[in-house]
Amino acid sequence: MANSAKGFDVRKQWGFTTIAAVCFVLLYLPVVLLVVYSFNAGTSVAIWEGFSLQWYRSAWDNQQVQEATVRSLVLAFWASLIATSAAVLAALATTRVRPFKGYSTVFAAINQPLMVPEIVTAVALLILFAGIKVQTGYTGLGYLVLAHSAFCIPFAYLPIRARLQGMDLTLEQAASDLYASPFQVFRRITLPQLWPGILAGAMLAFVISLDDVVITEFVKSAGQDTLPTYMLGQLRRVVTPEVNAISTVLLAISVTMVIAFFFLSRVKK
Amino acid sequence: MIEIDKVSKAYGAGKSRFMALNDVSVTIRKNEFFTLLGPSGCGKTTLLRVIAGFVDPTEGSVTMDGQDLLVLPPHRRPVNTVFQSYALFPHLTVRQNIAFGLEMLGKPKAEIAQTVDEMMALVQMTAMADRQTGQISGGQQQRVALARALAPKPKVLLLDEPLSALDFKLRKDMQIELKRLQTETGITFVFVTHDQEEALTMSDRIAVMSAGSIRQIGSPHDIYEQPAERFVADFIGDTNFLPVQVGTVQGDMAEVTLSSGKTVAARAVLGGQGGGTTLAIRPEHTRLVPPDQGLLQGRLENVVYFGTDTHYHVAIGKDETIVTRAQNLPGSVAQFKTGDTVGVDFPAGVGQVLKD
Repeated sequence: MANSAKGFDVRKQWGFTTIAAVCFVLLYLPVVLLVVYSFNAGTSVAIWEGFSLQWYRSAWDNQQVQEATVRSLVLAFWASLIATSAAVLAALATTRVRPFKGYSTVFAAINQPLMVPEIVTAVALLILFAGIKVQTGYTGLGYLVLAHSAFCIPFAYLPIRARLQGMDLTLEQAASDLYASPFQVFRRITLPQLWPGILAGAMLAFVISLDDVVITEFVKSAGQDTLPTYMLGQLRRVVTPEVNAISTVLLAISVTMVIAFFFLSRVKK
Repeated sequence: MIEIDKVSKAYGAGKSRFMALNDVSVTIRKNEFFTLLGPSGCGKTTLLRVIAGFVDPTEGSVTMDGQDLLVLPPHRRPVNTVFQSYALFPHLTVRQNIAFGLEMLGKPKAEIAQTVDEMMALVQMTAMADRQTGQISGGQQQRVALARALAPKPKVLLLDEPLSALDFKLRKDMQIELKRLQTETGITFVFVTHDQEEALTMSDRIAVMSAGSIRQIGSPHDIYEQPAERFVADFIGDTNFLPVQVGTVQGDMAEVTLSSGKTVAARAVLGGQGGGTTLAIRPEHTRLVPPDQGLLQGRLENVVYFGTDTHYHVAIGKDETIVTRAQNLPGSVAQFKTGDTVGVDFPAGVGQVLKD
């Protein structure tokens, strides 16, 4: 490594350690406080009154929380499934073809949700879906599924594309040399090796969907609160450590998924 | 039988246009061990990939037993390839790798199992059948790649520098092994290499390539003993190039006059008429003699000991040097030492008058 050569060590630069420490404190202190106060015995999110699991119990017994949780999970499941399928096709189309004119335009188009401000997409979807609602009368979960699928695509696409680009093309050539048709090459060689990328993309899409507030808030019909929008609604009234408890559970789910993926992809290698 | 007729492959256009293959024609016979030999970038791998179907030639035709190959996609061509990187499927075991081609051909399960067992025995990998390909050594991977390509019993096996990643000792063993397999299976081998020794020891015929075209096709003996041009003589083995004047030509023999003024008979492929040209002669065909004898005289500049033989560098005139190689036989004593004036002699008919 060039930077570890004698004479330059970034760790010895003045202030480097301090800045790094400040960043880590800012990143993790709020999360730690949130988790700590989820176990508070009192009703305050700022004054510690002893250890208790009552807010977990109250969240668990809260019917609105139950419904929002189920809705969030169902939504994230369908959104990540649709987004990941679309992302696999998009990744294949952008890595397994000869470079063509307008390639970067296609790439930008796929990653549109990363560039267009979320609030703009939210308003645009609100207007579009309002029109459709009036025409068809349909008010189901379909709107949210479509909206979430769309903005999850780039998050699923990027890891899958990275995996495809890292794959040895001669393996696919070797398979076609051994009489495998293009579809068989995909089924027997490309797909099995792509799994870690697909899994990573799907998990990322799942977590992103689970987490979304802005677009959901605009697109949802009445009574279609997801966990994040329910929590936002609660914060507008009275803040109790119940929100902390729900957040802590969400955090645990996310961290578990990331760790699970980390080990899955390591074993697959 | 593969007939490659006037095949060209161009990359790019305009000024950056690059001819990877330039008007290549060659016929590869049934059951022969045919080698494409040349330095890197000479087009040998491109030609192999044209046969396999991974590269579409810009011009020309490729047929096998009268059938046009170019209209077929790679998975419909009755050829299999051993890749330089082996390209073993990392998510499959040794057995599954070898079975892959047969499965794709839709062979019955029992037949696949039997053929795979045969192939594993042939390359001595039976004990490793259920290993993952990442858990076996480079030489073993090479043998699995070979078995995988042989299992569907292709008419032609294409080998793209399959031994280049192996160490010296293993490479020697695999050369003999490959030749044995080719003889046993009777499959046509098209072998790509940049290693001239590999080409000489294994091939029935060699095509020497340079800059996208074939310079000479012939048996190892022909290529080594009768190189048609300077590139071939230089690329294969060590060669002395001596300036000569060509005199009378009779049949394929010519009378050439050396820089010393003495004349000797040499082979002339082209039958060139008079004028100055180059004579190629192998170091082992020349010998040192006392200064008053031999065709050329010079000063012994350098003596290099190689174990099996010794090389003597003799300076003749200002910018002519000739290397003589003498085998170190038991009891042989060095007759000359550095600085001595010596004579160099070679028999009539061993030198080769080159085209250029």
